Amino acid sequence: MSDLQTPASAAGAATSDAPVSATAASNASSAQATGGRTFLPRNTLLRHLLVLVLCAVGAVVLLESTDLGFNAQIGYVAYYAIAAGGLTVLTGLNGQISLGHGALMAVGGYTTALMLDAEEPLPLVVIFLAAVALTSLVGAVVGVAAARLHGPYLAGATLALAVGLPGLALYFKETLGGEQGLTVSSPDRPEWFTEAIRTLSGGSPSGVKWIAYISVACLLITYFLLANLMRSRVGRTWRAVRDQEVAAELAGISLGTWRVVAFVVSAAAAGLAGAVLALVVRLTAPTAFTIVLSLSLLTAIVIGGLGSLFGALVGSVLLVFLPRLLRDAGESLDMDAAQAAEISYVVYGVILVVVMLFAPAGLVGSIRLALLRSRARRSARG
Amino acid sequence: MTRSSRRLVSFVAAATVASTLAACGGGGGGGGGGGGDEENEASDVGITEDTIRIGAHYPLTGVAAPGYSEIPTGVQAYFDYVNANGGVNGREIEWIYRDDAYNPTNTSQVVNQLVLEDEVFAIMGGLGTPTHNAVTDFLNSEGVPDLFVSSGSRLWDDPEEKPYTFGWQPDYEIEGKIIGQYVAENFPDAKVGLFLQGDDFGEDGAAGAKQFLEDQIVAEETYVPGNTDVRPQISALQAAGADLVLGFNVPSYTALSQLTALQLGYQPQWFYSNVGSDPALVGSLLARFSEGAVSDASLLDGVLTTEYIPTVDTPDDPWIQLYQRVWDESGQEGELTNYRAYGMSMAYTMIQALQSAGQNPTRDDLVAAVEQAGADWEGPGFAPFRYSEDKHAGYSGMLVSRIVGQGSEDLTPVLVTDNGDAEIEEYDGEATTPPESGIPDEEPVN
Repeated sequence: MSDLQTPASAAGAATSDAPVSATAASNASSAQATGGRTFLPRNTLLRHLLVLVLCAVGAVVLLESTDLGFNAQIGYVAYYAIAAGGLTVLTGLNGQISLGHGALMAVGGYTTALMLDAEEPLPLVVIFLAAVALTSLVGAVVGVAAARLHGPYLAGATLALAVGLPGLALYFKETLGGEQGLTVSSPDRPEWFTEAIRTLSGGSPSGVKWIAYISVACLLITYFLLANLMRSRVGRTWRAVRDQEVAAELAGISLGTWRVVAFVVSAAAAGLAGAVLALVVRLTAPTAFTIVLSLSLLTAIVIGGLGSLFGALVGSVLLVFLPRLLRDAGESLDMDAAQAAEISYVVYGVILVVVMLFAPAGLVGSIRLALLRSRARRSARG
Repeated sequence: MTRSSRRLVSFVAAATVASTLAACGGGGGGGGGGGGDEENEASDVGITEDTIRIGAHYPLTGVAAPGYSEIPTGVQAYFDYVNANGGVNGREIEWIYRDDAYNPTNTSQVVNQLVLEDEVFAIMGGLGTPTHNAVTDFLNSEGVPDLFVSSGSRLWDDPEEKPYTFGWQPDYEIEGKIIGQYVAENFPDAKVGLFLQGDDFGEDGAAGAKQFLEDQIVAEETYVPGNTDVRPQISALQAAGADLVLGFNVPSYTALSQLTALQLGYQPQWFYSNVGSDPALVGSLLARFSEGAVSDASLLDGVLTTEYIPTVDTPDDPWIQLYQRVWDESGQEGELTNYRAYGMSMAYTMIQALQSAGQNPTRDDLVAAVEQAGADWEGPGFAPFRYSEDKHAGYSGMLVSRIVGQGSEDLTPVLVTDNGDAEIEEYDGEATTPPESGIPDEEPVN
């Protein structure tokens, strides 16, 4: 949620050099919170903590005021957004592309499924941490290779990961369930949760709701950590690596190391996303982690605005709700379900193309650019 | 929403009034079911005084869509027909089906939507093993009847763990057994090769066939769905000298294996399981894959397969005549195909289940009705269902046939059996005919 709290008020800086690149959405967050009006604390950590608490309250209100069907949808948004958040750090901030994040999610997903299947499953937190750790490890290995590659070569290498890794599930059929995948047993919901929901809204605390809360909690924690990272020295270094390799190296930054670090962080987020996916979907199967998933994640961050966590969230919301809205719209126009499903993909594609044409910096990026421009104009006049 | 409602709403309203009047007049028998004297009530989620909502997931887009996307239109046609004739106990059936593109992630999303938002009374005919497998736990934990899964996997027959889930078609294991026995008896000297899909489908089928063919099998090749190059597998079968190949594969792989064998000059006797043998669909796939070089299903001439419900190549069959009438009346685009006939056969079973469940059923009543009455239902299937409290498996048997042109000829009587080492026996029941009205009339179980 780095955007919510970004006051981005360095008016003077913006006049000389209005950012126009596709990563505009990420640049604003490097501006210091000086000058302009803001009701948020100046200390980054405090500010992020405050936003975190506000978002958590907002999330509880959202989940309690909507029906179970919507709660279930939130779970899908959450796992897309977690993975997209990680990917936007990698692509938007560090300038590396990955078509393999779907495969990294598979690592997290399968880890969770296997560990939940145990006789006496460990606490969920431990399982999630294990999923994150294992995926980070895979991410580190891939990252070392990726750090040496650029552009299309990097895309190709990560593409191979996306195509190849789900194949392991077919090869190790006995443990990983082959084509059919592993069903994920839902974790028991604890007593305190049941009671908390009863006192909060009086609603029935079903398994769907419990998983929705887990997903949202994971999303908020991930975004909190990523936002801090992006605002820190690490984030600045990544941006330096992305924008000016030579200058960064002259400043004593080891390009390779920082690229690997970016990949590991991004993979960790993908691992958690995979773990959440396993809970939400209740199944991990190779067909769930195809290249389409990786491309969807890329779509989400580009549509939302590269390098912006808020953009990644917006993109994920669109990814989950847009095709569905289009399908329902088609059906209300008296098409049969098959036609509506086919048409919805066409319209969905067209909408994506149009957004890219008219808002090349993504939705969040373009809005931010427009704000910066108008502010620049105002300060030039004044 | 894909509901039958809009078009038919006025008509059904009239029919409902008519049947109510009939009931009031003490005539009974109206409304297409065992209507009692009670009033209709909203007895559970998804059921109101005058509607029952049924949901399903099918691949309407993507690789699995050809053929399979026609099934729900057949179901729709039959439910429309029932609704137009008074519905079930005066209730109109609302049929909602959604696209999952054969991706389990989508399936779970779509089924969430059906259960939590559309609030269906039951799920019927969810298609696919990996797809449906993603939702059985959810449906069972929510207590939603999960009837008649469109897949022959044995996963659906697990009354202990999944009391709400029921299969419908003969499972792949008994199909494998029936095929295995036929081959062992009629081709005792054949060297048998297996061409298997790399999941339960191939595994269960092979397990069944091996009970009879263990000594005859010379090669066993598996393909991964999605990988369209089957040359390695077909060459391996050829190299092993297999002169009879059993295929437990989906229709697109029937087409691919035929084309590959043609390229390799390999001409064994082919035997495809029911799933992969629809001549019309395979023919169109052959034309597409070969870019017109092979224009119809003539390659399939002489191929052996199995059947368990009537197919459209027998236009004189009374069931197919009923389906043709129902399809024509529904006014939907396209021809009556085997997939639509499949959908209608399943819809027929669903109506039987709803009638057996009584006038104001709960979800549990529906499940109990299938367990108690299901084995006695007479319908389009050649063999009876195996439903009971301890068994949730579908049809108990099928017959072996040979594809001739666009049609087929039966080679065996209907053979019935069960899982494991149960004997294969000839079914001694008579072939069924549909009731005059085209709508079943089952008594409520309690």
